[in-house]
Amino acid sequence: MSTPEPTTNGRTGLQPKTDRRTLITFAIAVPALIIFATGLLGMNFLMALILGAIIGLRILFPDDRRVLVAVIVLAIGWAILLPFLHDEGGDFMNIATLILAYAVMALGLNIIVGYAGLLDLGYVAFFALGALTAGWFMSDFYANAGKGGDGIHVLVADVTQNLFGIHFNFLIVVVVAIVVTTIAGMLIGLPTLRLRGDYIAIVTLAFGEIVGRIVINGDQIHYKDVPLLGDTLTDVFGKGAVFSGGREGIGPIDKIWLFVGEPFKALDLRPWYLVALAMVLLVLFVNYRLRDSRLGRAWIALREDEVAAASMGVPLVKTKLLAYGTGAAFGGMAGVFLASRLSVVNADQFQFFFSIFILAMVILGGLGSIEGVLVGAAVLVYLNFKFIPDLNAKPREWFDLDLDLSELSSAIYGFLLVIMMVLRPEGLIPERRRKLELAEHVGAGQTAGLGDAAGQDTFEARA
Amino acid sequence: MPVRSSTGDRIRKYLSEYGLIALLLIMPVVYGIQDISDDGSLARLGNNIVDGLSNGAIWALIAMGYTLVYGIIELINFAHGEVFMIGSLVTAAWFWGVIGLTEQTAILGLIIGLLASLVVAMVTSGTLNVMIERVAYRPLRTAPKLAPLITAVGMSFILQNVGILWIGGSQEGVPELIDPQKELFTIGGVQVNQGDVLSVATTIPLVLLLTTFISQSRMGRAMRATAQDPEAARLMGINVDTTISLTFLLGGLMAGAAGLIYALYQTTIWYFQGFQAGLIAFTAAVMGGIGNLQGAVLGGFIIGIIQQISDNRIGGEWTPAIVFAYLVLIMVFRPQGLLGEETREAG
Repeated sequence: MSTPEPTTNGRTGLQPKTDRRTLITFAIAVPALIIFATGLLGMNFLMALILGAIIGLRILFPDDRRVLVAVIVLAIGWAILLPFLHDEGGDFMNIATLILAYAVMALGLNIIVGYAGLLDLGYVAFFALGALTAGWFMSDFYANAGKGGDGIHVLVADVTQNLFGIHFNFLIVVVVAIVVTTIAGMLIGLPTLRLRGDYIAIVTLAFGEIVGRIVINGDQIHYKDVPLLGDTLTDVFGKGAVFSGGREGIGPIDKIWLFVGEPFKALDLRPWYLVALAMVLLVLFVNYRLRDSRLGRAWIALREDEVAAASMGVPLVKTKLLAYGTGAAFGGMAGVFLASRLSVVNADQFQFFFSIFILAMVILGGLGSIEGVLVGAAVLVYLNFKFIPDLNAKPREWFDLDLDLSELSSAIYGFLLVIMMVLRPEGLIPERRRKLELAEHVGAGQTAGLGDAAGQDTFEARA
Repeated sequence: MPVRSSTGDRIRKYLSEYGLIALLLIMPVVYGIQDISDDGSLARLGNNIVDGLSNGAIWALIAMGYTLVYGIIELINFAHGEVFMIGSLVTAAWFWGVIGLTEQTAILGLIIGLLASLVVAMVTSGTLNVMIERVAYRPLRTAPKLAPLITAVGMSFILQNVGILWIGGSQEGVPELIDPQKELFTIGGVQVNQGDVLSVATTIPLVLLLTTFISQSRMGRAMRATAQDPEAARLMGINVDTTISLTFLLGGLMAGAAGLIYALYQTTIWYFQGFQAGLIAFTAAVMGGIGNLQGAVLGGFIIGIIQQISDNRIGGEWTPAIVFAYLVLIMVFRPQGLLGEETREAG
């Protein structure tokens, strides 16, 4: 399996690509991957070898559909097998679960930024809303809710049945969060509809900051003071209900319970991993299917040239709003999962830095490139949650520096963004279409960029 | 122009023309009426406005940098707020110590020292801004529009971390060289402090100098030509690269001056001051009409006042949300800003 032998019966021309570029990519990517996975992440060596083989197959046979199907099947099987070869509560499983959860968000942002070309600097808003939804409906935050303050329980495990507060099943909360964030995404999208690229970035950033502010100051928002709805809200959420826990956050959040056995345990990460994997597979499916759908092609047309797309009959408003809505929904989903996994909704996390963290994943991997975004998520989650904390814990005399490296982690992302954009703007694993575009641009050497030409014209056309 | 327009069109036109102005007047008018009914005078609102103007002077200086750069290469220089922050740090955390400025320094020494600080802050920030353009934006001039914006965000993060390495992650106090809260005079219950006078009195000459330079000098003319059409400017013998560098230099100079005023006025510095200030100043630049220098100054003062009223009446923790809400509303009602024209200005 580790050799790129033709896997099927090789009826017709299953020839590996053997041009120099492909071979160099193969020779660098596969060993690098195996070293990264075993040496740094602590993956089982055999599993790392298999992963290397799968990726190698993909590199050598980029165009063959049969190989692609084999790769997908193998990769899914590999990913399902993975947790059973590792320590159930170990570091590796923790990082692997986080990688999957962040990959969901990165793939969501990829739809907005990568496909539709709408630079969103406020993605944290959707994560925040998802996490907050989990805080509302999966904890004792609304302790006076329900008849006589007994709480409201819908499809929850026996141990949760007797707790105060509102407790819904994880799957219900995910659906609620998807609805909430989709609506929020579309609302955030509305004012940006007539704006050009960089204005969109700033408006989304402003929205992200507004949402973060509201969550942090949410303990000042009493439902009873809300005009018109005050009484209804108090009836539903109980006396003294407020919007959020403010800086103290909300916790503990219920663990996931999937109708059988006990809720998930904090120290057994296998079920968490598998749920996250299921989410990633769902999101991947949606990503791939959407990319090749009418909507996906409309997004890409929009990214290339808004005016041309509009005159070809692409409905701009609908297409843009759907991009925001879809991308936002994934952010909300991951928000619920991470809130449940970490058992807390920490409002201080909802900052601009978080948006950039996710954006850096997309940029590093390659805008619009699904495989790239997965790699980007893996690398950056590893950097942020393992490499930097580990480095920080090393004896200080190694560096002879008295500083907290975790404070400086944002510099790494900043540096990464600059380096990637200057040296390899198409990302580590470029989307094929974008790669061609960039090559064309360098060749033509014109001053106007893709987004530029489109945006400029609409700005003028609006007048 | 069509001869007849429907009611909907007319409403939209009025909203676009007066919506933003009405929006801006809401807060002062509401609180003004409240003041009169509560205390019988407008002193509290007046104090808010005075404080707002002196804060706004800082935002105005930063906003000019955004507007200049946007006018010429249509890039939101996201790292501009951090250039301002470095200006603050270089003078307050280092230069004052080197030349030995303290609260006890005699008045003549203080004036000379502060003028020297002003020069140091402006030159540092200006040079830094030129370097940022060189490293992060120039290689991407032919790239898709999103690319330089993303490097700009990256540069902003890098500079914030320079700030952390330099003075640490918490707010640092600096010497109260000019005693900014000391009352200078009072008119009709409105108190004017030393800091207010300093901030406005430094800003106005700088603004006048800059606008004169851009409208009168040969290089200013080159800048305006490049903003209008870089290709044509190049054909007319203008060195476009130098002109763009000059634009960044001017923006950086203003940001450096703002950094010094901020340190004197707020008497604290920290690495994160630039991020907030940058967004506020960007809002100011958009409010005035991006690409329009006078607009940026006007927007800076208006945002300063809004911010002060919100700090004083609603609570400082809500101020960023309110400022950003204004940003969004401007984008909805009047993306061309107060003084901007309905087309792409200055470029």
